[in-house]
Amino acid sequence: MGGYIELFIEAVFVENLALSFFLGMCTFLAVSKRIQTAFGLGAAVVVVQLITVPTNTLLYHFVLEDGALGWAGLPDLDLSFLGLVTYIGVIAAMVQILEMVLDRYFPPLFHALGIYLPLITVNCAILGGTLFSVQRDYSTSESIVYGIGSGFGWALALIGLAGIREKLKYSDVPAGLQGLGITFIIVGLMSLGFMAFAGIHL
Amino acid sequence: MSSAAKRALLDPVVDSNPVTLHVLGICSALAVTTSLLPSLYMCLALTVVAACANAAVSTIRHVLPGSIRIIVQMTIIASLVIVVDESLKAFAFETSRELSVFVGLIITNCIVLGRTEGFASKNPVGLSILDGLGNGFGYSVILILVASTRELLGAGTLLGYTVLPKVADGGWYNPNGMMLLPPSAFFVIGLIIWAVRSWKAEQVEKPEFRIHEVHRTEAL
Amino acid sequence: MPEPDQSSGAKTETVARTLLVALVVSLVCSSFVASAAVLLKPRQVANAVLDVRRNILRVAGLYDGGGDVEQLYRSIEPRIIELETGAYVQSADPEAFDPVEAAKDSALSVEVPAEIDVARIGRRAKLARVYLVHGDAGIDKIILPVSGYGLWSTMYGFLALEADGNTIADITFYEHGETPGLGDFVGKPAWRALWREKRLFDESGELQIQIAKGHVSSDDPMADYRVDGVSGATLTGNGVTNLLEYWLGDHGYGPYLRRIREHGGDL
Repeated sequence: MGGYIELFIEAVFVENLALSFFLGMCTFLAVSKRIQTAFGLGAAVVVVQLITVPTNTLLYHFVLEDGALGWAGLPDLDLSFLGLVTYIGVIAAMVQILEMVLDRYFPPLFHALGIYLPLITVNCAILGGTLFSVQRDYSTSESIVYGIGSGFGWALALIGLAGIREKLKYSDVPAGLQGLGITFIIVGLMSLGFMAFAGIHL
Repeated sequence: MSSAAKRALLDPVVDSNPVTLHVLGICSALAVTTSLLPSLYMCLALTVVAACANAAVSTIRHVLPGSIRIIVQMTIIASLVIVVDESLKAFAFETSRELSVFVGLIITNCIVLGRTEGFASKNPVGLSILDGLGNGFGYSVILILVASTRELLGAGTLLGYTVLPKVADGGWYNPNGMMLLPPSAFFVIGLIIWAVRSWKAEQVEKPEFRIHEVHRTEAL
Repeated sequence: MPEPDQSSGAKTETVARTLLVALVVSLVCSSFVASAAVLLKPRQVANAVLDVRRNILRVAGLYDGGGDVEQLYRSIEPRIIELETGAYVQSADPEAFDPVEAAKDSALSVEVPAEIDVARIGRRAKLARVYLVHGDAGIDKIILPVSGYGLWSTMYGFLALEADGNTIADITFYEHGETPGLGDFVGKPAWRALWREKRLFDESGELQIQIAKGHVSSDDPMADYRVDGVSGATLTGNGVTNLLEYWLGDHGYGPYLRRIREHGGDL
C-alpha cells in the first residue's frame, strides 16, 4: 500500500505532468482563464487518464510487446512499433465516449467545456502519461494509481494557474506581456516552485 | 510565387506564429530546448511531419466523411511520426534516445493537428504543403531562439562547441544554471512574446479589466 | 460537429463510404508503417549493439571516438558469472544473455531485500555478464555493468577495474536522467577522470568507495576511496555511492571480486 501512496504523491508533485514535464501546455495555457472551466477540464482529464493509462499499459503487455502475443500462439511477434497509433486510438475512443456521457448526464459541464473536450484527445499529457507508464513498466495496479495521480497533478496545476490569473485580472501588466506573455512567466515561476519537490522519496 | 502561397509560407514565421500567437506546440518547445542540437532535429521532424500530413489530408479532403475526420487525421499523423521515429533510431541513434518520448509527442503536437484540421482539410495540396512548411518554420524559429539562449547562457556552448569558456574549465564565464532547468524556457518564451508584441502591436491582447483611467497618448 | 462537405452533398456521409475510407486509410497507413519498421529494424539493432560496444571500449580506455569498433572489440571477452558464488558459468553465447529480461523472470532472478536495496533496483538476475579486457600480459581490466536509481531515474553504467579487482580504471554512466547542468556530472569526462587510481576496498576487504560532498582534498587519509561530488547535486552523488555499495557488496559482485583477489589474474 505504501508503494502506491508514494507513487501517487510522486506523480502529483515530484513529476507533475504540467509543471515538471510540460505536457498538455496548449490547453493548460488556453483554459486557465476561469477557475470553473479549469475545474471541469481537470476533472475530465483525471477520468480520461484513469481509463486510458491502465488500458494502454495492458494492451502493451498483452498485445504489442516483443513476445507478448505468446498466449495467442505468436511468441515471435514484436508489434511495439504500433504503440503510438494504438494508444491514440484508445484515447480518442475514450474521449468520444466521455463526450457522449457528459452530453447526456452533465449538460452544463458539457457546454462549459465546449471545444476543449475533444481537445483532450490531443492533450500531450494524456499520451505522455501512457508513454511513461509503458516505458517504466508499471503493473496494472501501479498504472491505475499513476493514471489517477498524473491526471490529478495536471488538474491541480491547471486550477492553481487559473486562480492566479483570475487575481491577475486587476494588475497593470505591460501591454506586450498582457495575456499570453505574463501567463508564460507565471507558469515559469510555478514550475520553479515545484522543483522544490525534486528528489523527495516517501 | 502567388500571394496566397507567399502568405501560407511566410505568415507563420512572425505574424501568425503558431507558438507565440496561437499557443500551439508549446510542450516540445519547452522540453527539448536545453541544447540546440536535439532542438534542430525536433524542428526538422516536425516540419517534415506537418508538410506530409497536410499533403495527405489535403489529398483526401473531398472524400473524407466528417464523422471520422479527426481520427483519420490522427492516424495519418501518427503513422508519419512512427516512421520518423524509426528512421531516427536507424540513422541517428544517440539523438533518438534523448528525443524518445518527445518525438512520439509530435502526434499530439497541436500545430500538426491544428493545421490539418484548420487548413489542409479546406485547401488544395500545393498550398497545404506550403502551409505545413511555413508553420514548421515558425515553430523552428522560436525553438532555435530559445535553445540557443538556453544552451549559450546555461552551458556556454552552442551545438557542443564552447563559445563562453566556463570558470570550471579555466575561463571567465559563470554559467547561469537556471537556464538549464525547465522553467527558464517559460521565461525566455515570455520575453520573446513581449519583444514580438512590442514590435507588432496588432498582436497585443486587450486587458479584460482596467481599474483606473489610462493617461497615455497611445490608445490601448 | 461533423461538417458535411458542401461539394459532394450527402454522398460523403453514408455508412458504406465511411467504412471504405476508414479501411483504405488503415491499410495504407499500416503498410507504410510496417514496411518502415521491418526495413529499418536490422539497422536499429546494429546501432544498439554498436552503442553498447562503444561504451565498453570507452571505459576500457581503448576507444576515443575514432577507430574501428569491431576491430577493437576483439580484445573484449564477455563472460557470464553467477553472482551468488562469484563463479564463472559456461555459456555458448554470453552476449545473448539479457539481464533486464532475466530480472523480470522469477525463475531466473531474485528479489533484492529492501534493507540492502539502496540502489532501488527491486529485482536482479541470478547471472550477470562481465567483460574481460585482454591485454598483452593476460587480463588487463575487468568491466562490470552497474545500475541504480539517481535523482530522477535509473542510471546505467560500466565500472572498469584493474586486474587486481580493486583499483578503479574508469567509470561511465551511458544512460541517466539526471538534472542537466547539475546531476549530469555523472556523464561528463572531467568527472570520470577523477576515478583513476581510486580504490574500492581497503586492506581489510571493507568497501570504502564513496562520493564526497564536495572536493576531496589530497590530505584526506581516505582520499583513495573518495571521489569529488558536485554541490547542489548531492542526491545524484548519493545515488552513485548507493549503487556501488549494492553492486560491490555481497549481494552483487562482491563474491566475484573476492575470488579475483584470492586467485589473482588467472581466471
